[in-house]
Amino acid sequence: MIASRRVADTVIILIILLLAWQALHQLVGATALPGPVPTLAYLAKFVPSERFAENAWATLVCFFYALLLSYGIGLAFGVWMGIHRLSGAVGEPILISLYTLPKVTLYPVVLLIFGLSLSGRVTFGAMHGVLPVALLTMSAIRNIPPVYLKSARTLHLSGWQTIVTMLFPATLPEIVAGLRIGFTLTLLGVLLAEMFAAKQGLGSLIINAMQLMQAEEMLTVAVVLFAFAALANALLLWIEHRLHHRV
Amino acid sequence: MSRVGWIRLAVLAIAIGLLELCCRLGLIDQRVVIPPSEMAVALVRLLISGEANEQIVRTFGIVLLAALISVVAGFALGAVIHALPRARQSLDPFFATYYAVPIFIFYPVMIVIFGLSAIPIVLMGVATAIVAMIIATLNGLDRVPQVLAKVARVHRMGTIATALRLKLPAAAPHLFTGVKLAVSYAFIGVIASEFILAPAGLGRVISDAYTDFNNRQMYALMLLLIIVATLVNMFLHVVDQRWAERRGIAKP
Repeated sequence: MIASRRVADTVIILIILLLAWQALHQLVGATALPGPVPTLAYLAKFVPSERFAENAWATLVCFFYALLLSYGIGLAFGVWMGIHRLSGAVGEPILISLYTLPKVTLYPVVLLIFGLSLSGRVTFGAMHGVLPVALLTMSAIRNIPPVYLKSARTLHLSGWQTIVTMLFPATLPEIVAGLRIGFTLTLLGVLLAEMFAAKQGLGSLIINAMQLMQAEEMLTVAVVLFAFAALANALLLWIEHRLHHRV
Repeated sequence: MSRVGWIRLAVLAIAIGLLELCCRLGLIDQRVVIPPSEMAVALVRLLISGEANEQIVRTFGIVLLAALISVVAGFALGAVIHALPRARQSLDPFFATYYAVPIFIFYPVMIVIFGLSAIPIVLMGVATAIVAMIIATLNGLDRVPQVLAKVARVHRMGTIATALRLKLPAAAPHLFTGVKLAVSYAFIGVIASEFILAPAGLGRVISDAYTDFNNRQMYALMLLLIIVATLVNMFLHVVDQRWAERRGIAKP
């Protein structure tokens, strides 16, 4: 019942967005903003093409490595700062102010260090994703109710048993929330890097299409990315809700 | 300052000192990163010469404008949506997804529609910031105690008077959290747009300096942006914390 209602709500929003798109298209004209119908027709033609596949693959590879780095480094820092209270207290405000910084500012430095290469884009993507993963992991560990630790001691659990049966399940929902935000921001970082300077990838495809005034291609890529991000986020949110309600 | 504060300061000082040392010893190529002390000197010179003043004023002006529009319009929209529970329910999945979509992919679309001017940049700033304000407004209004609505009825206050004189102050701490987020998101939206493509502005000047290998100017302006963004965020964070404490909803 609730699920079907949620689906209905999502459909309503999609219809409203499409109508708004159509209205804007009527307002500014077809050369600046093609309507939804021609764009979707172009999408059906463009997505199976080789050029799209190449660029999408380039973005995916870059995103995959960046995500791996974000999660690895973010989790390591988060666990360390969660367990070691002093490091957490010292580091948290630093991480928060880095989190609110417009990190694009630092992209030229990344470019000077790595050049126009895959590693530069991966580093820049990871720079965005590491911080939320670390911050939420840290708060997950800090927020474990002390009574859990006491009961683990009462039951004489070994260190390993404590981690597997208590720490891991207790922190999982919040850590997954961190991983979801990390996913989003890493994708943003990778796309920004590609939009600023790259020869390959969906971000550069958008910029090229803009310079060549190919509004249809530009919108097509934007729609594909929109759908990818929204679906991935919905999936991760669903996992998060399941974890919260599993007890 | 507390012990933790001193340790934090020491950590930062050591990090900057190490960077300085590595640059001076040649472990880091000066063509890649210049020593922090030179960045500071370059920044002071640039500010005294006044060369970049126009761009600085322009960028911070746009950030301020975008943040203002987001706060005012975001609050108004949030209040309207809060009054319509059915609409709000339908919009929930939209809000949950909004920040998951990298909205910068729509910046080129804006440029094509509005041309290469300040308008698409303001719009991107608003687009990144406004939803945070709407969500904060909804949260804030949710937490207005029921008894206040009754007080309003007892005093026969109109809708607008209730909104301005009861709901607004009661929701204020949450609204301020929205303001804080809106300002830092507007910063990110405006600067990122200027980096990708813009007729002028700090982002554009930094990316030009990068293309011209003008490291001194690039690092000077980067330092300026980082200092201003950090100071603004820190200020808002402190005010937010104070307010939350006073209202007894202290945040960890």
